[in-house]
Amino acid sequence: MEWLVKRVAQEFNTGDVVNLGIGIPTKVANALPEGIKIILQSENGYLGVGPAPEVGKEDSDTVNAGGQYATILPGGCCFDSAMSFAIIRGGHVDATVLGALQVDEEGNLASWMIPGKMVPGMGGAMDLVVGAQRVIIAMEHTAKNGGLKVLKKCTLPLTAAKQVNLIVTDMGVMEVTSKGLVLKEITPGLTFEEVQACTEASLSYRAE
Amino acid sequence: MAQLVSLEEAISKVQHGMTLMVGGFIGCGAPDQLLEEVCQKGVKELTLIANDTGILGDAMSQLIVQRCVSKLIATHIGTNKETGRQMSADELEVKLVPQGTLVEQIRAAGAGLGGILTPTGIGTIVEEGKQKLVVNGTEYLLELPVHANVALLKAYKADMAGNLVYRRAARNFNPIMAMAADLVIAQVEHIVEVGEIDPDEVMTPGIFVDYLVQKQPREVTNAG
Repeated sequence: MEWLVKRVAQEFNTGDVVNLGIGIPTKVANALPEGIKIILQSENGYLGVGPAPEVGKEDSDTVNAGGQYATILPGGCCFDSAMSFAIIRGGHVDATVLGALQVDEEGNLASWMIPGKMVPGMGGAMDLVVGAQRVIIAMEHTAKNGGLKVLKKCTLPLTAAKQVNLIVTDMGVMEVTSKGLVLKEITPGLTFEEVQACTEASLSYRAE
Repeated sequence: MAQLVSLEEAISKVQHGMTLMVGGFIGCGAPDQLLEEVCQKGVKELTLIANDTGILGDAMSQLIVQRCVSKLIATHIGTNKETGRQMSADELEVKLVPQGTLVEQIRAAGAGLGGILTPTGIGTIVEEGKQKLVVNGTEYLLELPVHANVALLKAYKADMAGNLVYRRAARNFNPIMAMAADLVIAQVEHIVEVGEIDPDEVMTPGIFVDYLVQKQPREVTNAG
């Protein structure tokens, strides 16, 4: 898991505007390589998301998109939801990092509902996946019950069609290309065959 | 010109069966005291338009818990389990909308637009039953304006002309909803005289706001 978080954090350049989803993605902010400075966007209305506040310094008007207390760094700015989604949908976010229930070899993403079981709503996820320049999925390679998540075709309702660019899991890094998924990196200690065995989609291997 | 009125007088305008828009994002920027009064008054059969239904226990969540709402249009309901329960039991009609779409639908209603074209939702169940248009080779969904009878907002500061200033992330849907309802009621923390807010600082022009309600200080009681 630590490898996954560190690996995702290597995907950014200084100055990138990045929106991080809840869960594994938020850990990425604390794992940026030395010298890399990115600008985090929070879709509830500000740029320049800082670390969690110290105990006793919480501000009920400054929360992140998950509703937790947050801070705004010097140079940050606040805006309304229309501006926030103009930034997101308008292509002004360089990258978004999100979790997934399923992702497939065409770059389709299912992350927002399991019919009859879990219907929390899509929130800002559909806009983020459509609007961000790069969509990076950060997740465990398989489900807790062992079910496969990197598929030939998603079976759950989609968040967006053909928008995913990169999938980073605890087993490796896969790029979505017009010819399917290319496994670019394998987590140290694993083999290609071991990654393929946990993946429904066919992988081709191309070490960088 | 906005009028400064009591909480009771403001909420007396919220009637059975109305469509209500409420600002806030998981409670942040939600007008808690206006919402408590709506619950207290026992208004029912409301159509609620909001980003979410709060966190179970907060003022927004109580609209659902106390069954004031029969139809909900929102982007996310995961932080209030009662909303999901009522939806699954067919006690509450829920329409889930992408957040960027909902805010633009509300803006369209306030801005006199016939709808908006968005790429969000193409290729998903969101597109079902909606008109698609191709513009310069890109496919878009036509999403229609969303208007309400009453908007309940929360602002940090207001002058007696109704000009509003919001604070930090509590702005969210509030200034957009201010444009899209027949009657706009703002719960305000600090109310000042006309001229005390610099025109450059105003976030919602006062012409949109009908009623200002002074937020009441509440006694903080320590449990136990």
